[in-house]
This record gives sequence, structure tokens and C-alpha cells, in this order.
Amino acid sequence: MIQAIAFYLFAAVVLLSAALTITARNPVHAVLWLILAFFNAAGLMVLVGAEFIAMLLVIVYVGAVAVLFLFVVMMMDVDFAQLRAGFARYAVIGLAFAVALAAEIMIGVGAYSAGAIQLARRAAPVAENVPNIVALGSLLYTRYLFVFEGAGLVLLVAMIGAIVLTHRERAGTRPQNVTRQVMRRPGDATRNVKPAVGQGVEL
Amino acid sequence: MIGLTHYLVVAAILFALGVLGIIANRKNLIVMLMAVELILLSVNLNLVAFSAFLHDMVGQVFAMFVLTVAAGEAAIGLAILVIYFRSRGTIAVDDVNRMKG
Repeated sequence: MIQAIAFYLFAAVVLLSAALTITARNPVHAVLWLILAFFNAAGLMVLVGAEFIAMLLVIVYVGAVAVLFLFVVMMMDVDFAQLRAGFARYAVIGLAFAVALAAEIMIGVGAYSAGAIQLARRAAPVAENVPNIVALGSLLYTRYLFVFEGAGLVLLVAMIGAIVLTHRERAGTRPQNVTRQVMRRPGDATRNVKPAVGQGVEL
Repeated sequence: MIGLTHYLVVAAILFALGVLGIIANRKNLIVMLMAVELILLSVNLNLVAFSAFLHDMVGQVFAMFVLTVAAGEAAIGLAILVIYFRSRGTIAVDDVNRMKG
């Protein structure tokens, strides 16, 4: 009973905040609604016992991706009212598409429910009395180790790509030139002079 | 009792909302990226629901990989957005036609 109430609560808030994300006038509000949607989706995942993915969702999405969105929205001085021009016109077409798509997926779900599935051919059946995170970790570090490494590589490439794309040389700055510093020898920097008595050293 | 179908319906509506967000906010690239995140969230919800109700762990493993790709996609998308804004002073994607041959 309590599970059903929690499910309907989380599901309703997810769908409501998703709808408000795509219709909000202010992009900052849209990001905040997106964060609420992620939190409630994490709640839905906790309800079926996927604690690790739920925590990952909160930490990665809310902690990193949503904050990244927030930074970008706040950094840019954009006239967002002008960007909303044509929203109503496109929304009508989009609504038709979205309703058709949702109907199609639901027909698919109905077709799935009608058929039988071979449970014996599952890839990795969940063992009894094993915590979610232990089962996930033992699978991730054995059978899916190389895929896991590939995921790390994807993140590395994304990080380097983002830095390369947004980095720019500013005029007027004097960055440290490490190569020149290392290449420098004492002979380049000092010289021995022997001035005559009574004359100074010319610098 | 809450079954698999409930989760699938919620994920389907979430997916449709994401598609609606992409079509309706055709000029606002930031909201479009957020709609893509919503779509990926609905896919994750599907994977986790199937994983839980079929007692198969692989769904959650793949949900994690989808999460990884979504994070990378958000980072690269926002980086492209920032350099586009820097050069054009706007993020209206209607006139992203500079690379037209």
C-alpha cells in the first residue's frame, strides 16, 4: 500500500516537473525543475531496489550535470524571451508527435505484456541475499570490465574535448613558459665583466 | 500492486515529454539539451525497471553506462553552446547554418 502511494507520488512529480522543465520561461527555473525530476526518478529507482543507480543519479546528475547547466545558463547573457518566439506554434506540432509516440510505446508495452519471456536465459540473474551494490560491483569489475574501462575513456575524451573547445588564449596575459625556463642555462643569464677602476658597470 | 507496466508507462510519458521539449523549444538550445537529458532519464528508468522485475542485473549495469554517456554528452554539448555563444552572441539554433557548404 505504502509502496503504491510512494510510486504514484514520485511518478506524478516526475512527469509534472518534466512538463514544467520544457515549458518554463526562465531557463534557471527549467534547470531547477529538471533537478526535481531527477530526484523523483531516483526515488522511483529506490522503490524497485536499484539503490546504486539512484544514488548515482543524485550525485552525477544533480551534483554535476545540473550544476553545469546552471553555470552555463547564468554565464550567458541571452535574451530568453526572444528565444521563446514560435513556442506555441511548434508546441502544437510537438504535442501531436509526442501523443503519437507515447501511444505507440504504450501499444508496444501492451504487446510485451501479452507474451512470455524465457527467464532461464537471463544474462546475470540476481542472487538471493546479496546487496544491490555488491551484485553490481561484482558484475562490473568482472564481466563488464572492458566496457567499464571504455566508459572511463568516454569520460576522458569528453573532458579533454570540453577543455579544448572552450579554452582560448587571451591577449595581454603572460603565461609561464616552462620549456624556456628549463632550457635556460647560467651562461645565458650572467656575464663576467672587468671594469676599469673608477668606472661603473653598464647594465 | 505496482508492476512493470506502471514503470513502462511512466517512462513512455517521460520520453514523449522529452521529444515534445525538443520540438517545442526549437530555438532554445539549452532547453533542448535538458530535454535530451529527460529522454535519457526515461531510458534509464526503463532499464532499471526491467532489471528489477526480471531479476537480471545487466539492466542496471547498462543504466550506468547510459548515465556515463549522458554526462559526456552534456559536457560536450554545453561546451559547443559556449563557443557558439562566444562567436555569435546568441544561442538561437534556427540560424546555425555557418557550416552549410
